[in-house]
Amino acid sequence: MKYQLEVSNITKSYGDLKANDNVSLSIKDSSIHALLGENGAGKSTLVKIIYGSLTPDSGEMKWANNKYSPKSPFQARENGIAMVFQHFSLFESLTVEDNIILGLDGVGLNENFSEQIIKYSKQYGLDINPQQVVGDLSVGARQRVEIIRCLMQNPKLLIMDEPTSVLTPQEVADLFVTLKKLAADGCAILYISHKLEEVREICSEATILRGGKLVQSCIPQEHSQKELAEMMIGKKLTELARTNITIGETIFSIDNLSRKSDDIYGVNLKNIALKMSKGSIVGIAGVAGNGQDELMELLIGEIPSPKATLNFNGQDIGLLNSHERRQLSMFFVPEERLGHGAVPDMSLDENMLLSRPDSTEMTSRDVIDWEKVAVHSKTVIDTFDVQTPSSKMLAKSLSGGNLQKFMVGRELIQNPELLIVAQPTWGVDAGSANNIHQALIELADKGSAILIISQDLDEILSLCEQIHVLSEGQLSDAVDMKSKGLEKISQLMVGGKV
Amino acid sequence: MIKLIPRVENSTVMVLLSPLLALTLTALSAYLIFVFVLVDIPVSSVFFTLFVEPLIDSYYFSELLVKAAPLMIIGLGLSIGFRAGIWNIGAEGQYVMGGIAGSAVGLYFYNVEALWLLPLMTIAGILGGMFYAGIAAFLRIKYQVNEILVTLMLTYVAVLFLSAMLQGPLRNPSGFNFPESRIFHDSAMLPIIWEGTRLHIGLIVAIILSFVAWFGIKKHMFGMQIKISGSAPRAAKFAGFDDNKTVWYSLLISGGLAGLAGLFEAAGPAGQLTPGLPQFYGFTAIIVAFLARLHPVGVLFSALLIALSYVGGENVQIEYNLPSSITQIFQGMLLFYFLACDILIKYKVVSFKTKN
Repeated sequence: MKYQLEVSNITKSYGDLKANDNVSLSIKDSSIHALLGENGAGKSTLVKIIYGSLTPDSGEMKWANNKYSPKSPFQARENGIAMVFQHFSLFESLTVEDNIILGLDGVGLNENFSEQIIKYSKQYGLDINPQQVVGDLSVGARQRVEIIRCLMQNPKLLIMDEPTSVLTPQEVADLFVTLKKLAADGCAILYISHKLEEVREICSEATILRGGKLVQSCIPQEHSQKELAEMMIGKKLTELARTNITIGETIFSIDNLSRKSDDIYGVNLKNIALKMSKGSIVGIAGVAGNGQDELMELLIGEIPSPKATLNFNGQDIGLLNSHERRQLSMFFVPEERLGHGAVPDMSLDENMLLSRPDSTEMTSRDVIDWEKVAVHSKTVIDTFDVQTPSSKMLAKSLSGGNLQKFMVGRELIQNPELLIVAQPTWGVDAGSANNIHQALIELADKGSAILIISQDLDEILSLCEQIHVLSEGQLSDAVDMKSKGLEKISQLMVGGKV
Repeated sequence: MIKLIPRVENSTVMVLLSPLLALTLTALSAYLIFVFVLVDIPVSSVFFTLFVEPLIDSYYFSELLVKAAPLMIIGLGLSIGFRAGIWNIGAEGQYVMGGIAGSAVGLYFYNVEALWLLPLMTIAGILGGMFYAGIAAFLRIKYQVNEILVTLMLTYVAVLFLSAMLQGPLRNPSGFNFPESRIFHDSAMLPIIWEGTRLHIGLIVAIILSFVAWFGIKKHMFGMQIKISGSAPRAAKFAGFDDNKTVWYSLLISGGLAGLAGLFEAAGPAGQLTPGLPQFYGFTAIIVAFLARLHPVGVLFSALLIALSYVGGENVQIEYNLPSSITQIFQGMLLFYFLACDILIKYKVVSFKTKN
């Protein structure tokens, strides 16, 4: 077996931090190789070194058995390395064809360019129309544009950074077909992800990094998902399971809620209806930008809802603001951390006061008791393992995952009867995500209702008993998961009917 | 080429020292200017008159406090609004309107000697300022009109309105047609707290207000509402604060306090309503608020500092015939250096080579 790329003993430091510490990795010809690791494990650094945008402090690389030390991404591309980034670099106002031309370093241009695009498109099942304007395309289609752009350079190695994080299950399946075909045609693929099920499905080898160091290179199929996760985070995971599912009476319902968005780029919500019972975990799946933000604003109470559309414990709460809703034991975790769920330039203590039901006694008649506040924020920090020197630190100084733990914890310590949470584990490492999921399950076991709005389908599937899909501002009925549930969800996510 | 890179941590020591540093740099720059500009006058004696005399001469010191009081009161109001990101830069106009409204009440009861008169004038003064700032709040909430423009433009309207009043209804009937009001009677005048000077009770009011404001900002949810709205509007909604109320509070408080300062000026040192009522206090208070980093107690000190530049500036004008713009140059330099220090506290300067 021949190696396309061999990376040996790469070290790269930023000050005291060793982002890559003696890392080695070998990618075989025509293979799909996974690079696994949590945020901050050193995946990006390693990839940037391979792609020529960083130079390592020490260590060396070989490309098809020749010494390889790229000085720039341009050199990497010349050698036949292409990369699809997590954040696409496409001009929305231009057509697919123009975007692809702009992305090439002037090579391979000829009159039949559009035909060439179609040829690749057919060959690899990358359904795309060269004349379409990128702004009108779905996220999955945009990714296909990026992939075709890479293929135009006839790469020998394609690097894909978290490619499925934005895709629907159907799009993921399509992408896998493409990737397998590419590998079979002789293009190696370096597949960066933290989604272990996917890695086990398509990758023939995996390299796992943790804290900048190489943990292991292995064959993913030889290990269970749990084992891989534990190698990634370096500790044991708790098994998620509900101990007590007693579904009680209805606690919260949304009836026929419609709202035209104030923003011209916003999504109009149409006839949203949902019923939640005590003790249940309900999930709303869907691709971002299908009305999640708009719905969340109404649920939090940042925008009042029309009469008789929101009912909590028999009370019409549509006109109550978020503070008043909290008094009834409804709590919220918005998706956006900095600037929405937390004020970046304020300390954690001060941020505690964003969610302050009277029962906490953090304030009485609006006079603040800072000592009580500090006690509560300490409880959150200790219970949810928030890594911070003190509660006086500014919110913006915490890493995204830590701040998320703080925000979820802030609401969870109130023992809400209803918790509405958007993207509860977004950007959180696997170990902490596990803790947060565990805490949510415990809360539901105690009889509280939880509504999870998430793009992470795995999260919804593993936690929720009742799943709805939000697409273009419309919420589906609860999906019957007994037969072909995943297929139905997938169809609903792209706007289909079941 | 150089560029600014945010610092990971801001030095607390430098945050506290930067006002002093700014003051030192201002003094140094002033020294340089004087060295080049002054002929036949020793720089040291100008410096003495400018910075030291107002502090050691009891009359000048009392005048310094007289000037500091309105700056403190207006600066307090502005510091609250600025925290909320509501930029009321027309405090001067609200000051004038407060002066007119309060004085009008005083003049209406011209013949009355009563204890309730001054409180009534005070309330009228506050309401006058609130009403005037309220226009900007209303326009902003109802029609999304920028409050910076509205408050600034209305300042000029207020000054013209003052002239109109003094040429018309409020003019002294036996004042030889001068555009001035009658002189207030004793019960319409603020009590003097330092015998033999013009120093009035406004200074004490300012100090009390500053502690009330400190409590409101530090210990009360009102302060949180103001701060959160200013720094993260979406988080304010998440917390359940009504952003329209924040706009109203900010403008009504800063306008009301400016109006109060205007009435205190008319019923204090001036003793009547004259075209000379607007003295730029409303604009200068913006500098006062920023020098204090919008801290309500800090405003007391920065107002004293700015008042020093007023009194010292007037003195060198009288004694050495130097132009009156010296005061403004100082205030401008002081703010410039202060803001520059702040930038360097938050960012570090890095030089880098540009390719080609």
